[in-house]
Amino acid sequence: MLRLPPFEYLPARTVADAVKYVADRGADAMLVAGGTDLYPNMKRRQFEPKALIGLRGIRELRGVRGDARTGVTIGAMTVLSDLADHPTLLDHYAGVATAAGLVSSPQLRRMGTIGGNVCVDTRCNYYNQTYSWRKAIGFCMKKDGDTCLVAPGSPRCWAVSSSDTAPALWSLGARVRLVGPAGERTIRFSTLYRDDGIDYLAKQPDEILTDILLPPADGWRSAYLKLRRRGSFDFPVLGVAVAARMDGDVVREARIVLGAVASTPREADRAAAALVGERVTPEVITRVADLAAGPSKPLDNTDFTHPYRKKVTRVFVARALRKIAGLPESGASTAEIG
Amino acid sequence: MKTRLSLCVNGETHDVLVPVHKTLLEVLREDLDLTGTKHGCELGECGTCTVLVDGVPVLSCLALPAELEGTEIVTVEGMARGGELHPLQQAFAELGAAQCGYCTPGVLLTAQALLAETPVPTREQIREALAGNLCRCTGYTKILDAVELAALRTSAAGAAGGRS
Repeated sequence: MLRLPPFEYLPARTVADAVKYVADRGADAMLVAGGTDLYPNMKRRQFEPKALIGLRGIRELRGVRGDARTGVTIGAMTVLSDLADHPTLLDHYAGVATAAGLVSSPQLRRMGTIGGNVCVDTRCNYYNQTYSWRKAIGFCMKKDGDTCLVAPGSPRCWAVSSSDTAPALWSLGARVRLVGPAGERTIRFSTLYRDDGIDYLAKQPDEILTDILLPPADGWRSAYLKLRRRGSFDFPVLGVAVAARMDGDVVREARIVLGAVASTPREADRAAAALVGERVTPEVITRVADLAAGPSKPLDNTDFTHPYRKKVTRVFVARALRKIAGLPESGASTAEIG
Repeated sequence: MKTRLSLCVNGETHDVLVPVHKTLLEVLREDLDLTGTKHGCELGECGTCTVLVDGVPVLSCLALPAELEGTEIVTVEGMARGGELHPLQQAFAELGAAQCGYCTPGVLLTAQALLAETPVPTREQIREALAGNLCRCTGYTKILDAVELAALRTSAAGAAGGRS
């Protein structure tokens, strides 16, 4: 039986409590939100913290506030199922609601939080395995070893960013509020991540992600598509978030963010720039989708082959653009991605 | 280090002295002898350990009892009333919706939560609600049939003023 390793449990009731626990315990402690990713990882001994700081009791971190006109603030402990069903998100920030509703299975969406999904550990076929499996094949550099088993000559870890919500939030220009002993700061999603499988968060270790801030909807439309083997489960092996601010049928601003193709969500900025000032015609869609596949450079360390994941990038960007433009879907049905 | 916890399971309060890192699944099975809750993957992937916490389906292999004091936990042992099976259990038995039976407790509780929110769900709503419960016998058709039958019976009984 896979059991959790022993730890001390420190339940926080306020953000100030949690900040103090983190400052007191330093690297010995980890934060736990919904636990849906951390506990499996602890059972496989990817993490063995001496103490866990529980965020579940912090009421101020739950819920969605604001509206489309002024912008929306999402508490980090809001569970994913509440976002998937939220009327304001569905109407004005559709990519975020879709991404939240495509995370894992119904039970895990009711346990897992948006803050946890944004900070979710990077994944790799050589890492997300039991201790005995990893020991048998030789430990990788992300835990207990010193080589990367997917790219043995590489000095860095290539584990994959596996958040569904991060690309969607990034595409809509969202920011995160981080609170630490020195006070609080608000940063863009584009500066929250690093392209490194081990050190993938630019947040300081003593900072706690408390809120996600979405700007006013202001004509932005968005969509998120996800590739995975099992439609009712699984982390993304490709996520495509597209957002565009429309003025009539002309695109005024756009962002395209790819998930699960690198250790960080990756912005396809040349593709997005090619949309600006254009009507979303079939010709524009083809050109933008081709450009968006450029920054998609998956490695052979998740489900499906990496050439296939790169190829699907183009297909999904085109489908997301058609969705935003209100054009009829073409090709395979969306059921395969749902 | 052990901690003293008070857990409300199936309407009864249990005081337990357990290591804080024991999951709800382990405490239910090993400390409270409620072995109706099954352990499958133990990593949150299969749904067989599903219990209800305040009416919401939760994977007990990923839940810490220390976070669940003050909540109401329901396991499959809490579904029947005395000798009378829950309508879902009755429908599962009649239609042969349990093959090996290992996923059944988790499926029953997930379905109970669905019917509490949506008394007469569509087939698609049932499929969506049960999407996190794997049946290793792949006997999904009869499971869906049984949930539909139980929903029809309870809504008809409710309309007639009977037990719902």
